Amino acid sequence: MSVALSAPPPSRLRLGLRAGLGVAVLLLAALPTLNALPADHALHVSDFIVSVTGKWICYAILALSLDLAWGYAGILSLGHGAFFALGGYAMGMHLMRLIGPRGAYGHPVLPDFMVFLGYTDLPWFWQGFQYFPYAMLMVLLVPGALALVVGFLAFRSRITGVYLSILTQAMTYALMLAFFRNDMGFGGNNGFTDFKELLGMPLGTPAARAMLFYASLVALVGSFLICAALTRTKYGRVLTAIRDAESRARFLGYDTTQHKLFAFVLSAMLAGLAGALYVPQVGIINPGEFSPGNSIEAVIWVAVGGRGTLAGAVLGAFSVNALKTWLTSAAPDLWLFVLGGLFVAVTLFLPRGLIGLFDRLRRRRAS
Amino acid sequence: MRLLFLFLLLLVPAKGRAQDAFGAALPGLAGGFAQQVEAAERLGALGDPRAVPILRALYDGRLLRGADGALLIRDGERATVAVTGAAADAAEAEQVRINNRVRAVLRGVLGRLSLVSSDPAERLAAAEAVFRSRTAENIPLLEAALARENSARIRERLELALGASRLAAGDDAERRAGIVALSASASTEARSVLLEARAAVPALSSEIDAAVAAIDRRLAVRRAAETFFQGLSLGSVLLLAALGLAVTFGVMGVINMAHGEFVMLGAYTTFVMQEALRGIPALAPWSLPLSVPAAFLVAAACGAAMERGLIRHLYGRPLETLLLTFGVGMMIQQAVRLVFGAQNREVSSPPWMQGTLELAFGVTVTQNRLWILVFSLVVLGLTVAAIRLTRFGLEMRAVTQNRRIAAAMGIRTGRVDAFTFAFGSGIAGIAGVALSQIDNVSPNLGTGYIIDSFMVVVFGGVGSLAGTLVGAMSLGVINKVLEPYAGVVLAKVFVLVAIMLFIQRRPRGLFALKGRAAEQ
Repeated sequence: MSVALSAPPPSRLRLGLRAGLGVAVLLLAALPTLNALPADHALHVSDFIVSVTGKWICYAILALSLDLAWGYAGILSLGHGAFFALGGYAMGMHLMRLIGPRGAYGHPVLPDFMVFLGYTDLPWFWQGFQYFPYAMLMVLLVPGALALVVGFLAFRSRITGVYLSILTQAMTYALMLAFFRNDMGFGGNNGFTDFKELLGMPLGTPAARAMLFYASLVALVGSFLICAALTRTKYGRVLTAIRDAESRARFLGYDTTQHKLFAFVLSAMLAGLAGALYVPQVGIINPGEFSPGNSIEAVIWVAVGGRGTLAGAVLGAFSVNALKTWLTSAAPDLWLFVLGGLFVAVTLFLPRGLIGLFDRLRRRRAS
Repeated sequence: MRLLFLFLLLLVPAKGRAQDAFGAALPGLAGGFAQQVEAAERLGALGDPRAVPILRALYDGRLLRGADGALLIRDGERATVAVTGAAADAAEAEQVRINNRVRAVLRGVLGRLSLVSSDPAERLAAAEAVFRSRTAENIPLLEAALARENSARIRERLELALGASRLAAGDDAERRAGIVALSASASTEARSVLLEARAAVPALSSEIDAAVAAIDRRLAVRRAAETFFQGLSLGSVLLLAALGLAVTFGVMGVINMAHGEFVMLGAYTTFVMQEALRGIPALAPWSLPLSVPAAFLVAAACGAAMERGLIRHLYGRPLETLLLTFGVGMMIQQAVRLVFGAQNREVSSPPWMQGTLELAFGVTVTQNRLWILVFSLVVLGLTVAAIRLTRFGLEMRAVTQNRRIAAAMGIRTGRVDAFTFAFGSGIAGIAGVALSQIDNVSPNLGTGYIIDSFMVVVFGGVGSLAGTLVGAMSLGVINKVLEPYAGVVLAKVFVLVAIMLFIQRRPRGLFALKGRAAEQ
């Protein structure tokens, strides 16, 4: 680990970054308003742009959460997609309960797939999901609890580095297999879809889209501020120390297991939040979200943007996804080459990502 | 010599008697309807296979009576003498007529006579039919058929049919014999026949219960043996997939997420070899064995290129290596998808790998699984030999133990790195040849194996080939033992969770390296 990731960028860059971030947030916030303008207005923004940007914001929260674990605590999780999907499933369960008797089978309580599979009662773990606050609690608690268990077991026996990565990948793989089963009570490989409403708002309308968009944006800014504040505290400093030299930090008397565990659990909760915001925007959640490939893709967002910097994670999520959206329609065969190439190029030539590149360019100009 | 003579002596009269009875019954076939029925039934009771073509000809209206009273069989334009098969002149002959009653009798006799037909498939079908009908009348016929039968498989079915027919007989002694015969078999059919009889014959229920229990025990042993073999078979697949990883990850410490793609390349090499050798008749049957070296070379070349071109720059940075190799794997996968298409490619099995093999207790194993099991052990043996016995293996161990001292001793460490990585990748390619026989050859063939392979290596102990063997086999067996209780998917999940917990107890795997090597 010869690359110094924690070197604080020069203050001019930091100021520039902050200003840039502020402008970016304002621009994003304006999108739904511009969408509401008449279609022939010069500043009109299409529905597609709004919905796609809304998804990217959720991805950016996921990238932030991964950056907290990987960039600051040195935990390269290849299973963050699992936390994202669990949050999404918790939200999906709430949305399924809200469908009520409007399903295809018209059952007052049971979702369609349960009627189809011959359920007569609601399974116990579905109880309570009709209440929004309870569902939101689960969005955070379920991924958090999984991270607590896995993290506790892993960090306690000092499983680090690639072993931990493979372990987390196995975790999301196992969950994917489990969720594909029909008798798990989570809709099997079809997952949940056909959502009707959220908090009394019918989904799919411009108003609902705008509300979800703003909620995601607020969540992104909030997560960013939480992570930024956290990494500046003494706790954050210790975390970076553990990342760079775990044994040394342990010998200095810090409980590395607890420090890492806290970061991992918080990170999983943020990922769950991202998933919960994502699901009502795309209108579907299925076990495919658990596939290891999704988690790996999130890693590349962070790597491209620049791990160890929060702005980098957000930047990476937006830029890689913009590239993906454009390429998958312009040249679908090329996308996987580009994605694979990004992995190679970033690890070989840009270990600090785009942020590192800006930093280098700026320094060169200064000298 | 004397024995043989005695044997012949014994044989001749018996043969002679049958000959007489057979010859004596034949003319009746050309007589009146009542005579025909009697003759057909006598022939049926004799159980002589020579009667089959004659009776069939009679049934089909192709049996002729010659001017001299000899029976002829018409075959299109020509005619032959029944029994001898010599050519005959059918000009003067007239067709032997039958009525519906004779026809019905002939059908029954022909059905029973198929038990002694010369065609094994026909005999097997007849045995199954007799087993299904289950009447005491068939007992003498079945006994006659059993005395002549050589094929073990048909004998087994005949014995089953005989036991079931005895059970349907009137007297208890015969029924008891039937129960004994059935309890000696280990089939679910015998079990259900016994249970059926239990309701019909309450007097024998205790004997029947004992027989059912004996069958259940045998079935349990067979199921256990079959599960064990399936587990070993899955283990051998895991072993093949993980062996290359045990070299690159276990020995070199390089994490290669593109390992599954090298396996996939090996499978596609097998496909390409098959297509390329299709035009060369002399080599076409050998395309699978020839694919082994070809797949090794293809995967090894890719591995060497990857090590020299990319991985070399990232030594000591395992997380970056992981991401980089993942990206390379993604590109390989997409390249294969563009070249060969996303659909599955057909790789056929050579004849010696098809079919099933039956072992003791009626345990059946498929040939290709057995071959792969043997193959995986051979590959393991060769890998161990290459590391232990060759100069290259010595240098490889020297470099992994202490790179700087090895370099000081004049070993070109860079070259050794490249060769080791190529070696591990080549083994992955060989695994692909084996997997092409049992799995779909598609671009994402490798992704299904990568996580399992890592689990095997971690479970067995990083850096230990013996650990890889034990790890693969035990994971395979555990998976298959769990499957009937938990289902395929949940069994996999349980195993993954179990490994996570296992690593808690023994973080360095089953076969942990001891001493200095463990500290790296």
